[in-house]
Amino acid sequence: MTTNPPVTDWATDYDIFAEEYVREPWPIWDELRQTCPIAHSDRWGTSYLPTRYEDVVAIAHDVEHFSSRGVLVTGPRPGEEPEYELQPGEEIFANISAPPITSDPPEHQWARRLILPIFAPAAVAKYEEGTRELCHQLIDGFIADGRADSAHDYAQQIPVRVIATMLGVGTERSDEFTQWVRGMLEVGAQDPEVRVQAFRSIIEFFIGEVQDRKENPKADLITEMLGFEVDGEPVPEYHILGTCLLMLVAGVDTTWSSIGSAMWHFATNPQDRQRLRDEPELWPTAIEELLRAYSPVTMARIVAADTEVKGCPMHEGERVLMAFPAANRDPEVFDRPNEVILDREHNRHLAFGSGIHRCAGSNLARLELRVALQTWLERIPAFELEDPDAVVWAGGQVRGTRTAWVTFPPGSPRS
Amino acid sequence: MKVRVDYDRCTGHQACAIAAPQVFGADDYGNATVLIEGEIPAELEESARRAQANCPEHAIHIDES
Repeated sequence: MTTNPPVTDWATDYDIFAEEYVREPWPIWDELRQTCPIAHSDRWGTSYLPTRYEDVVAIAHDVEHFSSRGVLVTGPRPGEEPEYELQPGEEIFANISAPPITSDPPEHQWARRLILPIFAPAAVAKYEEGTRELCHQLIDGFIADGRADSAHDYAQQIPVRVIATMLGVGTERSDEFTQWVRGMLEVGAQDPEVRVQAFRSIIEFFIGEVQDRKENPKADLITEMLGFEVDGEPVPEYHILGTCLLMLVAGVDTTWSSIGSAMWHFATNPQDRQRLRDEPELWPTAIEELLRAYSPVTMARIVAADTEVKGCPMHEGERVLMAFPAANRDPEVFDRPNEVILDREHNRHLAFGSGIHRCAGSNLARLELRVALQTWLERIPAFELEDPDAVVWAGGQVRGTRTAWVTFPPGSPRS
Repeated sequence: MKVRVDYDRCTGHQACAIAAPQVFGADDYGNATVLIEGEIPAELEESARRAQANCPEHAIHIDES
């Protein structure tokens, strides 16, 4: 991790990678909402940071002025020079984005419609049993030790295997997939070389997989996507590769971070573990509350045409950091926003975004979060952080735990 | 009470189906559907109101007449 100059003025010089922002962003957002609700910074290129719910929603819905062609929080913006030179055989790379998350209307509508049925509630329900078995196996691996890294040994291992199974690419290379995804979203956010290398690895991998499915169709998502058509024509291969990239990148770091943060919450709030044991009917609302309070994802938009938000001028090509996690702590919308209230009655949270780009995988993410937490709490009902100061958080694009050792009374693996 | 989904606003968060699973469901694309045509039974009215209050897109309409 690079060391960046410390922030002295969050309103005009914020740094979303600053240690204090990654570890505990709530007080920073609380102050910005009061003093400068749309902050500005020239670090990592010019960007704006709206922290009020209503502003985040307004920008997310204004797809005419705010394009999704660049959703990463750093890196080159559309129209800027790419960070790498295409090598022979890489010509297709120039056309690869990550549709539909990087699509604007009208492409967005058909690109999204192609993948929505894959992630509808009834469609993802068939992965519940496999996910639960996976969680049990992970717990079997460490329950006798009486300690485990809840981030690395548990949360991190779950979503990557679920999405790899759905795509049909096998779970054997899960560690490598995880490394690529972190390269795109986490390490690579501050290191272009890492990001480019991760992008190349992922695309080269999927080019091979797509070629394989053309010759040997299987009952998996990649094969299904090869049958996609728009206006009676097959969807171009670069589009399918981009959607494969999206499913891997968006389906791994995000959900794992959400599971990890919720694990941290339960490790530090025994009363909430007890409450869910006593009132299991609270689970659906509790999941929504954990998604609100520990929303992992900040997405970007690119200003498509000069505009103004609440008197703040924004110019074409500049970046807006959609602080959905900050919106979810706005006291104008949420009563006692910095408290986790498992039976919160009114919760219009934006953990999955707002408007036409609502996270396509939200139903799968919820399922994984619930099954991961329920299975852990069933097997390991009491646990605590081994050393609260040793917990490592990552942030910027996706916030969550990366190392969080917990201890518990040793148990037995299933026989 | 009757409920209605505004499909110009719904983007498939499924907050309604989580708050009121007996009143709202999902279509093949994950967008909200109304499971009860006509009058909502009295015992489900509270959950329907909660669904309305939890929709991030303000897409749920309730006709109290």
